[in-house]
Amino acid sequence: MGIPSKKLDCSGMMCPMPVVKTAKALKEMVIGEILEMISTDPGAMPDMKAWANQTKHELLAAEAEGGKFRFVIKKTH
Amino acid sequence: MTNGTNKLALIASKGTLDWAYPPFILATAAAAMGWQVGIFFTFYGLPLLKKDLSLTVSPLGNPAMPMKMPFGPAGFQNVNWPIPNVLMAGIPGFENVATSLMKKTFANKGVATIGELRDAAIEQDVRLIGCQMTMDVFGFDKEDFIEQAEIGGAATFLEFASDANVSLFI
Repeated sequence: MGIPSKKLDCSGMMCPMPVVKTAKALKEMVIGEILEMISTDPGAMPDMKAWANQTKHELLAAEAEGGKFRFVIKKTH
Repeated sequence: MTNGTNKLALIASKGTLDWAYPPFILATAAAAMGWQVGIFFTFYGLPLLKKDLSLTVSPLGNPAMPMKMPFGPAGFQNVNWPIPNVLMAGIPGFENVATSLMKKTFANKGVATIGELRDAAIEQDVRLIGCQMTMDVFGFDKEDFIEQAEIGGAATFLEFASDANVSLFI
């Protein structure tokens, strides 16, 4: 797995801001770059999976650790 | 490749603080997924396009609204106060109380404001269509609305919605 070139902290934000901020952050990155996003919204786990399915960006990791959720996304297009 | 085929067409027909959320949440989430999105603001939804957003919420006619306090210890915050709807709705000023309680609760929980969601929708190129007929009936001017609002009628919305995968009336 690659090393994130950008980190996005969405702690404290509720739906839909984690996906909105993630999409915005990816727009400013180049293809192949990796984004790490942290969220405290339990809804982010199903939502980020759905978001990745829809956008076809690659969800390299989606994990829960101590009340936080960590996502690693590779920009594919 | 972005998902260029999916399209969301929403009608926002309610302008209270609570009902302002669903169209903007769905619109911004769909746009974040690469969908093409348009919202038609009609009747009481039209004020959601005003430059000055001063939204309120009333417990009147809504006995399902939880009545909780956004301050104090967790046990206190979780109490759902059993105030009869007819009483809440009848007390002068209760609408202001309910509005500030909801705003405070949403802020505490990290829910974005309607202004923030609307700004996000604009940034994502969500089409915001204000209903011409509602403008005329309720006496609004084009100048009352944000510059990103376009003005149109039922046909304008229907043309946009004609090939939408998801269409919702809110």
